[in-house]
Amino acid sequence: MDNAAYRKASTTAPAPWGRVRRSRYWADRALKIVSTLFTALGAFVLGWILLMLLVEGIGGLSPAVFTETTPGPGTEGGGIANAIVGSLILTVLGIVVATPIGVLAGTYLAEYGKDSTLATVIRFVNDILLAAPSILIGLFVYMLMVQPMGGYSGWAGGVALAIIAVPVIVRSTEDMLRLVPGSLREAGAALGAPMSTVIVKISWKAARAGMVTGVILATARIAGETAPLLFTALNNNFWFSPTLMGGVSNLPVTIYQFALAPYQNWRELAWAGALIITLSILGLSIVARLILKKDKVR
Amino acid sequence: MSTIALNTSSAIGNAAAADASAPVRIAVKDLNFYYGDFRSLKDIALDFYDRQVTALIGPSGCGKSTLLRTFNRIYSLYPEQRAEGQILLDGQNILSSSIDVNELRARVGMVFQKPTPFPMSIYDNIAFGIRLYEKLPKSELDGRVEEALRKAALWDEVKDKLRQSGMGLSGGQQQRLCIARTIAQRPEVILLDEPTSALDPISTGKIEELIEQLRSEFTIVIVTHNMQQAARISQYTAFMYLGELVEFGPTTKMFMNPVKKQTQDYITGRFG
Repeated sequence: MDNAAYRKASTTAPAPWGRVRRSRYWADRALKIVSTLFTALGAFVLGWILLMLLVEGIGGLSPAVFTETTPGPGTEGGGIANAIVGSLILTVLGIVVATPIGVLAGTYLAEYGKDSTLATVIRFVNDILLAAPSILIGLFVYMLMVQPMGGYSGWAGGVALAIIAVPVIVRSTEDMLRLVPGSLREAGAALGAPMSTVIVKISWKAARAGMVTGVILATARIAGETAPLLFTALNNNFWFSPTLMGGVSNLPVTIYQFALAPYQNWRELAWAGALIITLSILGLSIVARLILKKDKVR
Repeated sequence: MSTIALNTSSAIGNAAAADASAPVRIAVKDLNFYYGDFRSLKDIALDFYDRQVTALIGPSGCGKSTLLRTFNRIYSLYPEQRAEGQILLDGQNILSSSIDVNELRARVGMVFQKPTPFPMSIYDNIAFGIRLYEKLPKSELDGRVEEALRKAALWDEVKDKLRQSGMGLSGGQQQRLCIARTIAQRPEVILLDEPTSALDPISTGKIEELIEQLRSEFTIVIVTHNMQQAARISQYTAFMYLGELVEFGPTTKMFMNPVKKQTQDYITGRFG
């Protein structure tokens, strides 16, 4: 085939070098079009949700949202200050409990256990826990803490959230530590550093940004969890006890309760709460990305 | 200069001649090494002399890096690797189970093929090894860091940025940083595993000069793929092939008048 014919053919479809080539061209085209369409569909749905949340949520926002407690049935106004503070406390509690467990377990898997049987089993169980229905974890903590302690509590809620966060942190910690080149560990060991020093001073330092990002993403994950709180922290339409005993108000369960209520001001507060959670998670994700990006630049 | 036409002959004689009176620092006896079931070193017997540079040469997979990695037992990080036999450092068998490997590694330093700066400041990179075994007041530690950087010919380039990350240096600077980190610990032996194979010719030249200077203080063992380099910087050369030691002798003799035909074929580039 001469050049002119090739050039002419290449502006429409590739040169007709036989049946196989042509069919591959169309298969390639089709996959590209279909995957682009479905990506657009996904992005459209997500955009729709965010837009609806913004429109409805901003309408519900007012200073009272952050200063007043949840209103009683049939009363005017009110806010969700108690739910915001409660959610903050539960999330912080959960992440404070989960971080040391997750980081140390991830360190065990990456640095000590590696491909041993025990490590393989732990990794498998961790993956199951990562995918476990969160309501199951709520029930588990109900049996473990709420029943023996004789009532709902923020402590039980924090533990339930921690159980959701642990497998996320284990996984991210292990993945990040595995990215640390083995040559760095050898170099540390070659200076006569014991393994513990190599891990703490070299591996953790090299993987720091990724590990912190994992913890932040785990925080974002548990900030919006509802099911594990239903059986543990429950909720509270007033200021909860400073001892965290009894129901502790929180955003996800408040949204669940208010969104389905027959009162207009309750539904507006539910939208405002949903917007606040979403923006917090968005903020945390952006912080996580910035940390990773800064680390790459360095 | 040479009687046979070797393509490496121009480099011979650049390094100081072997000192025949130098005492033995490391004596290897009946050394066998296994990766799982695979025997990668076969009955190695070899002496390394005090404050001399010994080059280990041979084609890829001949066991020269494996041999180097037995001298600080760095292989023991990997459970499937083991060494049998004896390696006497100043008469003490370092393969014995009673040896504390971390103390051994403080005495026998190692620099790797790829530069391995730690993710911390230049200062902390150097101080890392010192802090492991010595508690020094700040001023003394500063002095040790400066001394090590000066010996590694890096001080002038980094003295104004000691607090900056060691990862920001160029490849050649990073490798000199790693050498500085090793000598800061004041080891007795320095192991170099192809220290210049990832570097450009200018950086390579600097490292070679450095090795020549360090020889007055340390016993040096270097693995290299570069025949000219072995000829330029070493006093002794060991040629290995398929896990066996083929020939060992003063570098000038090894390059100008080797006993074994295999050695001559390798250093003239006829195989390997």
